[in-house]
Amino acid sequence: MGDNLISVNNVSVNFDYQENFISKKQKIHAVNNINIKIKKGSFFGLVGESGSGKTTLGRAILGANNISSGNVIFHDDERDYDLTNMNKQDLKEYRKKAQLIFQDPYAALSPRMTVRDIIAEPLEVMKITNSRQETDERVRDIAAKCRLNIEHLRRFPHAFSGGQRQRISIARALVSNPKFIVADESVAALDVSIQADILNLLKQLQTELNLTYLFISHDLSVVAHVCDIVAVMYLGHIVEMGPSRELFKNPKHSYTKALLSSIPSIDPEKRSEAIELKGEIPSALNPPPGCVFRTRCPNPGVDCKGGEITMGLTEVEPGHWVDQCCVL
Amino acid sequence: MSHLLEVKNLDVKFDTDEGRITAVENISLSVDQGEVLGIVGESGSGKSVTAKSIMKLNPGNTSYNEDAEIILDNENILQFTSKQDLKKIRGGKVSMIFQEPMASFAPAIKIGAQMVEQLLIHKNINKDEAKSISINMLKRVGIADAEKRFNQYAFELSGGMRQRAMIAMALSTMPKLLLADEPTTALDVTIQAQVINLIKDIIKEYQMGVIFITHDLGVIAQVADHVAVMYLGSVVEKGPVNEILKNPKHPYTKGLLQALPDINNLDAPLSPIPGNIPSPLDRPTGCVFRTRCPHHNPEGKDGKIEMKLIEVEPGHWVDQCGIQCGQNG
Repeated sequence: MGDNLISVNNVSVNFDYQENFISKKQKIHAVNNINIKIKKGSFFGLVGESGSGKTTLGRAILGANNISSGNVIFHDDERDYDLTNMNKQDLKEYRKKAQLIFQDPYAALSPRMTVRDIIAEPLEVMKITNSRQETDERVRDIAAKCRLNIEHLRRFPHAFSGGQRQRISIARALVSNPKFIVADESVAALDVSIQADILNLLKQLQTELNLTYLFISHDLSVVAHVCDIVAVMYLGHIVEMGPSRELFKNPKHSYTKALLSSIPSIDPEKRSEAIELKGEIPSALNPPPGCVFRTRCPNPGVDCKGGEITMGLTEVEPGHWVDQCCVL
Repeated sequence: MSHLLEVKNLDVKFDTDEGRITAVENISLSVDQGEVLGIVGESGSGKSVTAKSIMKLNPGNTSYNEDAEIILDNENILQFTSKQDLKKIRGGKVSMIFQEPMASFAPAIKIGAQMVEQLLIHKNINKDEAKSISINMLKRVGIADAEKRFNQYAFELSGGMRQRAMIAMALSTMPKLLLADEPTTALDVTIQAQVINLIKDIIKEYQMGVIFITHDLGVIAQVADHVAVMYLGSVVEKGPVNEILKNPKHPYTKGLLQALPDINNLDAPLSPIPGNIPSPLDRPTGCVFRTRCPHHNPEGKDGKIEMKLIEVEPGHWVDQCGIQCGQNG
């Protein structure tokens, strides 16, 4: 267990759903039986379309969602935290070590607080610093690391562009000196030139501060560029997982193949080689039995059409895991 | 042959409390029948404002310059003032597809009723005919159970389906020009691929002209015939899509391409364009890109070179300051 920071063991997250007060209570299967290990210092990517459960899984790992079954263990230097079995004190400690960067830098920052107060808030809420001077020092320190000017600290968020705001959110996430960061679609709302800047910053901070990331994104080219390990999610399941280069060069699952071919190529001469997936992602209220992808699979086998093959990852190459339905 | 749409020397300015903002300056573009013109640029570059000018949809504080012309079908839209004339354009000759289909359908009116309403405004037909045209159009864009969907509300449809319904609605009046403002940005990649293919089929089938606005160069490469690259309200480079993406001349176009993560070339570093896009209140004189230009063209840096597009290859136009900078490296 030495080099893992997070172990996710058989985690499922269900939400109760009731259309109106007389109808039957149903369960939304948002995340199903997920097993992942996130190594220390890795840049772990989670990709999938909307509704695939990637955000729910990210929140579950942060302890922001209830976990219906299974457990998540955070391996700290001195001790392990079991997220499913944590008291308030432990949760407070864990919050210092695991932080979240949001998608929309316009919505994530309070318009009524100065940048200094925004970045300082976690320190004050978590009672990490003891004096205003100490707080200011840490704020200035992290702001410099995130390439914000000291004079920016006195201003309000409205004075900043999207890229600068995202740097403020990053500074706020990092000020408590966490070890683990969940970045949920953190570059999705940015223009390409700013996106490149923020990705480079995240990479640089990773080496400087010894961070481990869970990077959630729908953009495969971004994930391919920054992540070491990638897991592809579909309808609450991981359908393929492996080292990013290997996975993008040699995708095994039909869903991964379709996703990769759907990325619009920058070369105008290579038009439309997309494997077109029919229809849309089914409802998580009523996922198809067996392989969840079979309703849209472009080349389904006889067995999986009937839903007789259960979901489960098989290792096809060292470290490269694929759902068994597509291996057969 | 005259173009389907020709925009000449268009300036768009907004009067705000903080002063007069130049949103678009001296833009000239043209679109032919059956052709897709892609407009790319970052947020704030004036792409949407340009498109909205074509339907005169910009807000009340907008002023256009006197000598600008937007000629569609031999009529100058900018001269139109009466509601009657504008009605012919909006939804009739020109239709628009927006980024967020949930925000563009009225939430409390059935999809079908909205489609019928606009057909009745633009076509001389009765309700039953309008209904059958709408249902056929919904079928054409690949919506299963079109009759059922016709009687549903926008919230009952998924994102991809809503965007298809939006396209069906925009096309049902048979416009000559389609303005598509980031139509695939809010969609997942697999759904985006479906919608792009649909739009391409429909353009071929109906031979309309299209202005396709997006910030995604990959999408542009897939759909456009010609591309105009906009920065801070000016076109800095325009030409055939192959030329622009494979042989870019302007440092801004080059910068955009270098900032884009390419899945086929994972070793290439991501290089951001330095600095931030200036506020339109504080628009640089001379070359608009000079505050962020990585090259050191002393005259360009001083703002002494005026913006002016020059034809470097047949059909490939580049801003003159950008040509000099581009040659330097």
